[in-house]
Amino acid sequence: MTETTTAPDVAAGRLSKDALDKNFCDLHPLLDPHEAQVEADRCYFCYDAPCLNACPTSIDIPQFIRQISTGNPTGSARTIFEQNILGGMCARVCPTETLCEEACVRNDAEGKPVKIGELQRYATDHYMASHGATPFTRAAPTGKKIAVVGAGPAGLSCAHRLAVHGHDVTLFDARPKLGGLNEYGIASYKSVDNFAAREVDFILSIGGISVETGKRLGDNLSLAALQDQFDAVFLGIGLGGVNALGLDGEDKDGVLDAVDYIADLRQADDLARLPVGRRIVVIGGGMTAVDIAVQTKLLGAEDVTIAYRRGQERMNASEYEQHLAQTNGVRIMTWVQPNALLGANGHVTGIALEKTEQAEDGSLTGTGEIVALPADMVFKAVGQTLVQADLDGAAPKIEKGRIVVDEDRKTSLANVWAGGDCILGGEDLTVAAVEDGKIAAEAIHRALSA
Amino acid sequence: MVDLRSEFVGIKSPNPFWLASAPPTDKEYNVVRAFKAGWGGVVWKTLGDGDPIVNVNGPRYGAVHGKDRQLLGLNNIELITDRPLEVNLQEIKRVKRDWKDRALVVSLMVPCEEANWAAILKQVEDTEADGVELNFGCPHGMSERGMGSAVGQVPEYIEMVTRWCKKHTRMPVIVKLTPNITDIRKPAQAAKDGGADAVSLINTINSIVSVDLDNMCPSPVIDGKGAHGGYCGPAVKPIALNMVAEIARDPALAGLPISGIGGVTTWRDAAEFMALGAGNVQVCTAAMTYGFKVVEDMIEGLKDWMDTAGYSSVAEVVGRAVPNCSDWQHLNLNYIAKAKINQDLCIKCGRCHIACEDTSHQAITSVVDGVRKFEVMDDECVGCNLCVNVCPVDDCITMEPMAAGSTDPRTGKTVDARYANWTTHPNNPMAVEAAE
Repeated sequence: MTETTTAPDVAAGRLSKDALDKNFCDLHPLLDPHEAQVEADRCYFCYDAPCLNACPTSIDIPQFIRQISTGNPTGSARTIFEQNILGGMCARVCPTETLCEEACVRNDAEGKPVKIGELQRYATDHYMASHGATPFTRAAPTGKKIAVVGAGPAGLSCAHRLAVHGHDVTLFDARPKLGGLNEYGIASYKSVDNFAAREVDFILSIGGISVETGKRLGDNLSLAALQDQFDAVFLGIGLGGVNALGLDGEDKDGVLDAVDYIADLRQADDLARLPVGRRIVVIGGGMTAVDIAVQTKLLGAEDVTIAYRRGQERMNASEYEQHLAQTNGVRIMTWVQPNALLGANGHVTGIALEKTEQAEDGSLTGTGEIVALPADMVFKAVGQTLVQADLDGAAPKIEKGRIVVDEDRKTSLANVWAGGDCILGGEDLTVAAVEDGKIAAEAIHRALSA
Repeated sequence: MVDLRSEFVGIKSPNPFWLASAPPTDKEYNVVRAFKAGWGGVVWKTLGDGDPIVNVNGPRYGAVHGKDRQLLGLNNIELITDRPLEVNLQEIKRVKRDWKDRALVVSLMVPCEEANWAAILKQVEDTEADGVELNFGCPHGMSERGMGSAVGQVPEYIEMVTRWCKKHTRMPVIVKLTPNITDIRKPAQAAKDGGADAVSLINTINSIVSVDLDNMCPSPVIDGKGAHGGYCGPAVKPIALNMVAEIARDPALAGLPISGIGGVTTWRDAAEFMALGAGNVQVCTAAMTYGFKVVEDMIEGLKDWMDTAGYSSVAEVVGRAVPNCSDWQHLNLNYIAKAKINQDLCIKCGRCHIACEDTSHQAITSVVDGVRKFEVMDDECVGCNLCVNVCPVDDCITMEPMAAGSTDPRTGKTVDARYANWTTHPNNPMAVEAAE
């Protein structure tokens, strides 16, 4: 097994501007009116629709599709926004293939579900192009103040709903821009044209929400202080930490957290200036692993491999995402786990992987057979963690590394609610975060109106 | 802010969407579900006197389907209510008491005797319903016994029975007209002469939807035999719209309130009926196809359209298109339009070409410079619009009027800015002098 065959090859500008533009353009371009009509006509307007029931935010899908088909896209958007104020982003990123489109009766009937996600984007894009504000009216001010920590989908959803009820919201976020993973995490080709930021402005248009960026719990923000200063607190802080591989040499150059690189990619003005390795190995099997693998390939990496420790059917990334990786030329290696990082002069040059198998009792064991892959960059995409230190002294109940909440998204603390990836039992989806924010806002509203 | 509140012959409802008298309005259970879903009013399924009728116990409906089994037309051989009168009356009273803000009109069909009408009207009044609708339209089952369309096709009977009803009740009387007639203005006039407060139309159209070729029998098949039924649904809307317009634009009938029925499926259909003079609409087939939830899109869609178009109340929409209802001989023969195909939207199916080449004026190309391309040849195009209607892509082909003063390449003539119609055309043997 050779330690290294060549010097690390990490370079920017592997592809021309034209090629990069093409690679990172809209994965699913907006439907044109004819396409939208044809697609909307396919909907059977089911009773107690399976798609509606599959949607974590319970969007009235048959109704919004019918409204597109009868020539009322504005009404259609309103139907969507009533249940999900981030209907625009959800239309772009939701794994519809495992939610509404999987449940669609036409999936059963012909293997071809109605393109619900694309129709949702058609309606919401139409609305956002012609309206600067959400279709809600803010109720008379109540004088109640709520602190929402984290301006990702959970926090935005919660803040908007509270503002609709007339409450005053202060929205805190650690980063300079709002949007959370919408702004810093979602794959570039799913959210083009600065959509995440435009959606944030759209949501804030309701009024009553003041914003403070650069504020981080445990740093310049204290949960205990917020509990004192505000009538209620909502935590939508996501998962700020990244799981380590647990190997020696993780501090070598070129051994990177996938989420950090993705964030840089999203914020890059010029993709041609982002350095990317020629040979890349991604450890992990979820959406983040697929996102980093696909995007580095689109940046011009020659050889990208996803290394996952179990079988393909156990990967968290949906089948659709796996296909996306494969059609983009990413190799998916299964039944391998990291064994050792190889390097020279402080830079990674490769990774040794050990083949795995499932023992009788279901646990994973190494077989002893080692495969070495050369790598100029190794990405860690093995899960993210709640940063509990952020919660300082006033810690809510935590279980399995996530905040415990009841069905109203209330934590164990008196006036603190939570939602999104930071809570236990969630699906780690944008749409689930939106629902959490909405449920919590209604619960907070009830509590403060009692 | 758009206000959909409706007042039709003094009967108030929160919106102009009523359910027509039919199975959806047969009993309390259905009607309450309808009100919960948001319908503004119902016309209760037709009550009769004497022993209740009986329906067939086999298929009662036939259908005409479009692509993907989309229901275009429904035809029924179902009759008036088969439930006891007393049960219906009690339910009507209860529902009206519990849903005061919704319209509840009762449809009636009894034998052509004044005493029968007087008696049932009294009973309906006791329920405190908002009004009655006289069913002169059932084309099957009752007409064989001198009721339903057997009355609706005889204007003298319409006037007679309407007069009896106005004599015996203070409730608003709406007369429902059958379309199975040559000139709808005659029964409408008869209703008006009898004192009707309004007319509602259309009831169903005599029809056979299909023939079962295995059993050699019209559908629906009851033990090897079929019977004509009443056709309804999206397919009948054009017949209904025409009849509504005929009444609305007739000087003798102007001002007679009209309740529009016939294939209303979307908010746009409702707006079209209203524009032609209907003060409200009654829906049946759409509800039977999709469930009561269809009313949500009707309400939201009508509101959104009215908001965009600048109408703040239903009354502002009613009859707006009536002044533009003309007759063929008064249409401007100097208006010249040509079809134009948008090459960016064209998907090159060629359907426009073959429709025009085979059946019309040979005015569309199929190949241009050796390449498959569909373009209109203005020197052949008569502007008939067939291509627009057969094209599968909305707005791909549009009609463009020619400017006055330009030359029509087909005729070589200059497009005349002046209005001129057939009545003054030199080819017309009955031409009159053109008014200067």
